Amino acid sequence: MKRTVIQSILLLIPFAGTAQFKTISTDNWASSPGVIGTLILILIVALVAVVIMSAKISGYAESLRAKQLLKRNKAFDDEIINLEEEDIDRILEERKAALKYKLSGKELSGDDTAVDDKGLVYKATNHPDNQILFAEKVSHEFTLQVSSELKKIVTYYIGASVFWLLFGTFIGEYLGLKLVYPELDSQSFLAFGRLRPVHTNTVFWGWASLAMLGLAQFVVARTSHRELYSNKLARVAWILINASLIIGNLCLMSGINNGGAEYREYIWPVFGLFLAGLIITFYNFYMTVAHRKISEIYISNWYILAALIWTTILVSIGYLPFYQNGLGETVIQGYYMHQGVGMWFMTFTLGLIYYYLPSAVNKPIYSYSLGVLAFWTQMLFYTMIGTHHFIFSPLPWWLQTVAIVFSMGMFIPVTAGTTNFLMTMRGSWSQITRSYVLPFFMVGIIFYWVGSAQGSFQAFRFTNYVWHFTDFNVAHSHMTMYGIICFILWGAIYFIIPKMTGVQPKQIWVGAHFWLAFVGLFIYMTSLMTGGTLKGLSWIEGNPFIESVVLMREYWVWRAVGGSLMFTSHCIFAYNFYVMVKSKKAVTAAESERVIVTA
Amino acid sequence: MLNLSKNHKNLVLTSFWGYLILSSFVSIIPAIQMQNVKPLPGQKDLTTEERDGLATFVSEDCMACHTQQVRNIEMDKMWGSRPSIPSDYYYTKKRQDIWRQSPSFLGSERTGPDLTSIGTRQPSDDWHLLHLYNPRLVVKESVMPAYKWLFEEKDSTKITSKDLVLKVPAEQLKNKGSKVVATQKALNLVAFLKSLKQPELPGAAPEFIPAKPKPVTAQAGGGAAGASALPDGDKLFMNTCAVCHQADGKGLPGAFPPLAGSSVVTDDNYRKQASIIILGYDARPEYSAMPPFGDQLSDEEVAAIMNHERTSWGNNSKTVTAEEVKAVRDSIKSK
Repeated sequence: MKRTVIQSILLLIPFAGTAQFKTISTDNWASSPGVIGTLILILIVALVAVVIMSAKISGYAESLRAKQLLKRNKAFDDEIINLEEEDIDRILEERKAALKYKLSGKELSGDDTAVDDKGLVYKATNHPDNQILFAEKVSHEFTLQVSSELKKIVTYYIGASVFWLLFGTFIGEYLGLKLVYPELDSQSFLAFGRLRPVHTNTVFWGWASLAMLGLAQFVVARTSHRELYSNKLARVAWILINASLIIGNLCLMSGINNGGAEYREYIWPVFGLFLAGLIITFYNFYMTVAHRKISEIYISNWYILAALIWTTILVSIGYLPFYQNGLGETVIQGYYMHQGVGMWFMTFTLGLIYYYLPSAVNKPIYSYSLGVLAFWTQMLFYTMIGTHHFIFSPLPWWLQTVAIVFSMGMFIPVTAGTTNFLMTMRGSWSQITRSYVLPFFMVGIIFYWVGSAQGSFQAFRFTNYVWHFTDFNVAHSHMTMYGIICFILWGAIYFIIPKMTGVQPKQIWVGAHFWLAFVGLFIYMTSLMTGGTLKGLSWIEGNPFIESVVLMREYWVWRAVGGSLMFTSHCIFAYNFYVMVKSKKAVTAAESERVIVTA
Repeated sequence: MLNLSKNHKNLVLTSFWGYLILSSFVSIIPAIQMQNVKPLPGQKDLTTEERDGLATFVSEDCMACHTQQVRNIEMDKMWGSRPSIPSDYYYTKKRQDIWRQSPSFLGSERTGPDLTSIGTRQPSDDWHLLHLYNPRLVVKESVMPAYKWLFEEKDSTKITSKDLVLKVPAEQLKNKGSKVVATQKALNLVAFLKSLKQPELPGAAPEFIPAKPKPVTAQAGGGAAGASALPDGDKLFMNTCAVCHQADGKGLPGAFPPLAGSSVVTDDNYRKQASIIILGYDARPEYSAMPPFGDQLSDEEVAAIMNHERTSWGNNSKTVTAEEVKAVRDSIKSK
């Protein structure tokens, strides 16, 4: 079974070759159904994949169950055949007696009448749908034994990340409103151009990175069966990264940026602090893994260590000056901005899923080999696709083609990963009704497939023609960074923090967070995708540029609506986090509060 | 062999070298190739003022919304006469200083127009300054920020001859007695914007990949001789003229003259109107100078724009043909 899964995923390789278009078909450009059809196609593909996957999984589970039943029956037959005659008679007599036995109904209470002030006994029934009991959404009650040092470190990392999430998305919300009301203010440090990188860098390097690193401290220690190599190094890295964020954002708002290259807008002395934090974290994690108490390196640590190495290389290449004049900078920019997402956020988050998802469903990961396949193909395919941000640009045509072909190749790691996760979750679907941890994971994993597939399609010259430079890009980046990364991180946080502190947030608030974020994202995505497509079509028509600005207005309004829902959900998340870490035991309460207030 | 699942050293080294090799193939090597280009003959380096303007452009991160690349596809024709090539960026995309790298001018999003040849498209200082001060003064629907911190409000009495005073409508000012003056930063930024032009390419330019070959509508009216179809004058006017003269033809008081009811436009003699478009115009001190558009627009396009102006906003004068425009252009050349 596993082998067929791997084989069928490898079969996708020749499919990747079809990605190369030599010329652009010029038919039906303007007919929006064609373009909108692509959109619908993506959704259908996603839907079909989910349907097939569920059918496959239930079919597989069914066959497993049938096999087990057969085995049990056979064992029973064997047992009967091997019995002695008097044993058979004895069993028969016992069974007969048992069948005749009936309860008198007074075994427990004796002959006294029950006192039943609340009417509980009166209402009691043998029916399973007993109305007195409510099926409430709860998750596991037991807590893990975690050293207080590690607990503190994880709390600090995630606490800081929550702060940056609130700050970063507040800025994002404000920027969204500025497109609708351009006269909102006329302060230099609040201008759109200066604030936009504040939003992106904060949610990237502040929220997502710190949350990932916080969650990883636990994973690395746990899967190596030991404490972190050094708690002090973890604290130093925390300080460096937060310092980089604070100084970097102040620089950006005062108009000091690194040439406006996306996601490397912090000038090098500032981002150097961040990189130092990464290198220290790598050393700490590496030493922890090196001194592990089991022989195997758990697959999560592959991803986590690799993400740290790859990002260190990536940032170094991104900032070194020797080849970055003229369009050299543009080549690096395509490489950097895509790998920032792919080698840092995606790789790292995958590592986290490989630990937190099996833990949450209390099962081993479905296939270790699929995880390894996805790991190496992630490195091979993801690395090559950066230039698909510059299709039709003056960059070399061959480089663009390589990017497009390998974008199709991304189907391999993505499908391998998604299959692995869904197969791990199989048989645990009922848990979705009981806790919100799994829904968060579920949405993240589905978006992993849909968002990545959509990204691959967008890399085609055909679709790029319509969508490039429009708001569709913004929709795509939120679909992936938000739909995949944020949802997975939230799932993991809601899973692990209660286990460490022993305090569960109210399920209704976790639910509010989940649904506001999900619905908000959906509105955000669809409005910008529709608007972006119309914008592209308007350009192709050769209409005056300002028309494309005017037509976006209503979609920008809807984006602001979606964004507001998302931001509200983050406020609820911050509250839930506060509830989880505000433990009654005095020490951590004071600390965790300080994290939230001062981080 | 490598035993990656048990040997952490091998695992780390394999991913390190694997990624580094792939990365150099796909980023460092092409990047080195791309920076080794020569400038085009006749391509000019930026002046000190223009470079200072570039610094402001980068510092405000104008690249967040404005691209600077003409892609080799048909729809980008409106942003330049040819697709961009690596040499175009020889002077603008140099490392700025030790702290800041080469500006990321190509951009990833076109919330505002592409600026590759904004210097050709919009050569008017007054327009750029007004637009920077408050974009909605000149383009009502614009969502661009107003860069008011690049300007000063000065009391009218303190204005010296060195100050460049903006033609801002009085109701826009907080203090009626004051005037808006451009700072050196604003002037340099405009100098930089005006320097953005596509340098001339010796030899054949790379071609645009065509799209949507418009179905050739069988010449309306049975192909009557001489009635050659003109391009869409409305669109052309919106793209080329409306930023100053406004879509409603009313212009902007004190800065750009109205076309609705203008005697130049309503005159049945079309020669003056045609020559103003081709040559530019600066005869009226109360308005900004109009740049020449002869190089950007073909005879057909000029005729289409003229006809749009002649038949819109209550104007109702005789239309012109491309041949008539050509005659005017020829007579200008022969002078």
